[in-house]
Amino acid sequence: MFDVPEDRKYLESHEYATTDGETATVGISDFAQDELGDVVFVELPAEGDEVTKGEEFGVVESIKAVSDLYAPVSGTVVDVNEELFDRPELVNEDPYGEGWMLEVEVSDPDEFDGLLSPEEYRGQTE
Amino acid sequence: MALRKPPLREAHAARDAKFTEFGGWDMPVEFDSIRTEHAAVRESVGIFDVSHMGEVEVSGPDAATLMQRLTTNDVTRLAPGDSQYAMITNEEGTILDDTVVYRLPDEETERYLFVPNAGHDAEMHDRWTAHREEWGLDARVDDVTEEWAMFAVQGPDAADAVAAAADGVSDLSKFEARYADVVGARSWVARTGYTGEDGFEILCPWDEAETVWNAFVDDHDCTPCGLGARDTLRIEMGFLLSGQDFDPETEPRNPYEAGVGFAVKLDTEFVGRDALEAVYEEGVDEKFVGLKLLDRGVARHGYDVVDDDGHVVGHVTSGTMSPTLNEPIALGYVPVEHADPGTRLRVAVREQEKRAKVVSTPFLED
Repeated sequence: MFDVPEDRKYLESHEYATTDGETATVGISDFAQDELGDVVFVELPAEGDEVTKGEEFGVVESIKAVSDLYAPVSGTVVDVNEELFDRPELVNEDPYGEGWMLEVEVSDPDEFDGLLSPEEYRGQTE
Repeated sequence: MALRKPPLREAHAARDAKFTEFGGWDMPVEFDSIRTEHAAVRESVGIFDVSHMGEVEVSGPDAATLMQRLTTNDVTRLAPGDSQYAMITNEEGTILDDTVVYRLPDEETERYLFVPNAGHDAEMHDRWTAHREEWGLDARVDDVTEEWAMFAVQGPDAADAVAAAADGVSDLSKFEARYADVVGARSWVARTGYTGEDGFEILCPWDEAETVWNAFVDDHDCTPCGLGARDTLRIEMGFLLSGQDFDPETEPRNPYEAGVGFAVKLDTEFVGRDALEAVYEEGVDEKFVGLKLLDRGVARHGYDVVDDDGHVVGHVTSGTMSPTLNEPIALGYVPVEHADPGTRLRVAVREQEKRAKVVSTPFLED
């Protein structure tokens, strides 16, 4: 069974976002990191860039595949996990903790309503 | 079309393997992690299920003639128990497949076994039988792909693992092979492989595959490895992958472009010989090279290779992050004037040009 924490919401494409309303921490789920296998490279936007819900914001590469990353929320990037540039394996080791990708100042808190609940996302990955 | 399944498809699933389609077969791509499996082969020993590789047996009075005319190497150099790497080319000298040809011991007649790549067995069986008819040769050609499971035991500790499971094969020299009992299964054991490490390839009867696999994995500490690690290992060595680094439809290449001219013996008669002699004399326009990215990123199959002026001069055919070097490495074709080691080029990774340099292969010795 994959870990699906209750304190965040999910996109069908396996990204998560925390839901405190003002800022969101964005990354990929435990299921996604397992499907990808060994993550070797992460390409992320810069601080100050805008991201839009449902649109690509970066790329995660495993040894075997390249996958686009989709934003679960819209807003301005206020922090980027630069640790991943040197240690992309953190995405595998701790996707919900040290493997986070972006902090986004959300422009429309109502967007969270359209994301999958942990229960709904769990159903998708079973 | 339904995927062909190796004999251990369900046993691999029970070990939580992930699967991929490869050459029409449903094969394990990863058991634990590609990085872990790759390291096991470089540092100790791993075992791959490569039962998707084809096996075609050729026997009879004209078996040697048929093999000689359809492969680029010289089969007359093979004594029973010897093997050689060879190309299979068409009249234009384009590589249709690469293969290993084994000469099997047989007192009655000459007998060969060759190993086409996954999904090519039927095509090669047809090619062999059609030419046999055209040339009026007396030879029997049998596609025995689904009679033999094939495992590759590879790594610095492979000889110990194989010695523990089989009698009388640890003294095999490179490219030598013989029949042996492997945990009771009469198998064809060859000191060959495609990882750059010492190792063995074992063909055992399809219905005894599970006994052999379990013995290596459970009793002789071989790490189960999938095709993902096989790919990263062969890229680190600069070895070709059929269907990707050459392909008669999508990547038509002759052996000199592909860097395997050593497997072509122009003093033998084979389909494509005259075309290849002309290439040999005139030289090639493009060469298969190793590339190392100097910027962050991973070069993948199909990405353009660009010169300093921004002109597309070549393309990547295989690329990955090398698990051993922890650096992005790639293989591809570039014009000969850009092919010398040290040449600076760029690889267009999702429309961003990343600095790269040509390096000699194997990458591990650069």
